[in-house]
Amino acid sequence: MSLDIETNSYGGGFATPPVDAANAFRAAMNAMARPGTVQDIAGASPPAGISPAAGALLLTLCDPETGVYLAPDVDSPELRAWLAFHTGAPIVAADQADFALGSWVALMPVGQYRVGTSEYPDRSATLIVEMAQLIPATATLTGPGIKERAELRLPDVAACQANAMQFPLGVDFFFTCGGQLTALPRSTTILPKE
Amino acid sequence: MSDYNFAYLDEQTKRMIRRAILKGLAVPGYQVPFASREMPMPYGWGTGGVQVTAATLVPDDSLKVIDQGADDTTNAVSIRKFFERTAGVATTEETKKASVIQTRHRIPEADLSEDQILVYQVPIPEPLRFLEPREMETRKMHSLEEYGLMHVKLYEDISQHGDIATAYAYPVKVEDRYVMDPSPIPKFDNPKLEMAAIQLFGAGREQRIYALPPYTRVVSLDFEDYPFEATKANHPCDLCAAEDSYLDEVILDDAGSRMFVCSDTDYCRSRRAEGHVGRLGEEAA
Repeated sequence: MSLDIETNSYGGGFATPPVDAANAFRAAMNAMARPGTVQDIAGASPPAGISPAAGALLLTLCDPETGVYLAPDVDSPELRAWLAFHTGAPIVAADQADFALGSWVALMPVGQYRVGTSEYPDRSATLIVEMAQLIPATATLTGPGIKERAELRLPDVAACQANAMQFPLGVDFFFTCGGQLTALPRSTTILPKE
Repeated sequence: MSDYNFAYLDEQTKRMIRRAILKGLAVPGYQVPFASREMPMPYGWGTGGVQVTAATLVPDDSLKVIDQGADDTTNAVSIRKFFERTAGVATTEETKKASVIQTRHRIPEADLSEDQILVYQVPIPEPLRFLEPREMETRKMHSLEEYGLMHVKLYEDISQHGDIATAYAYPVKVEDRYVMDPSPIPKFDNPKLEMAAIQLFGAGREQRIYALPPYTRVVSLDFEDYPFEATKANHPCDLCAAEDSYLDEVILDDAGSRMFVCSDTDYCRSRRAEGHVGRLGEEAA
């Protein structure tokens, strides 16, 4: 019996995990540290329906210590098996999640995710939002990581503004599309683009 | 390559540190707890910085390590060798050629660029620790933005010494929210905390990671009538004649003669290579 790694959950992981994860993390860190920049991230081939960028983030950041919530539009036996094999991350409910994956509409409402506590604002969820496209921008950004102002495509400007209003509480976002990602930390001040 | 996993740490440890770094970047100045590991060097020798560097390095990086500005002191040499051996990355002593710089208690004199990362070794990450020893209390103080005690401390400096006597680890406020210990850098370096590079802070023994994204607003605490002042020894460098660099004082003999030299050895070397000569420069050359 042969093992066809193209069609089952054992394939699609990092070829050289320490190096691929390091490169993927550097992209994720640059995105989070410089909101508005688009970063390339590669190395993962997740099951159909999930972007390589989102797959690389999951492989880089998730393990048995992190609960992952899969929104209804991405939740599938294939993805669950792939995550279980490559990360060992438990699948949890939205209000327990460290990481949540899905399209914006499927992930909503944003209020159901953990935002941290005033003494531990780091105990909050990170949302990995699958996007159809990362451009053109819909919002103007200022704040940490941005020299003067930056621009970013957001699925819902008002909801992201409400999240930022809770600073230092709130969730943080990665936006993924194909092999690229952008990020929006809760510290960013957001204005709709004219 | 070597018998070690890339950059020494196991992958699960790196993931845990990486998650802490991302949350630290999202909440600038807030100290994220992390499960610091035993490293093959004692606590106090930069284990926090080493773990952050290990979680951040990629194989293409060029690593520079400085200890009080110098590339050639024991701590810097050991950590540089550690990563040469366990990560196989290139190392350099030139600030401009480095993509990751791990530092103990200095910020390089040369401006850092957008594609560089500065990793600090932090002994005591909690700026309020010497004012309030209980972690439960300092955590509450941060959550309530209750920083009056820090101003009282600076005020007591003034009432005792006539000015703010804190010369290193000078407290800063980040984006008007968290008071942060910039690690024991001289206060001369505080204005440089607003920079183009990503700054990551690792405290191994105290198990905290915090971060400053590029261009984050960092304000040194002060009073209207006693404004913050970045001070240095009032001399030019005796080797390279630089007027703008932080200086170390070196005692030369028992008769009390002394020299002042740049604490940033790469800055001093590159200036001498450009032909700048200080008071004692030629003897040293």
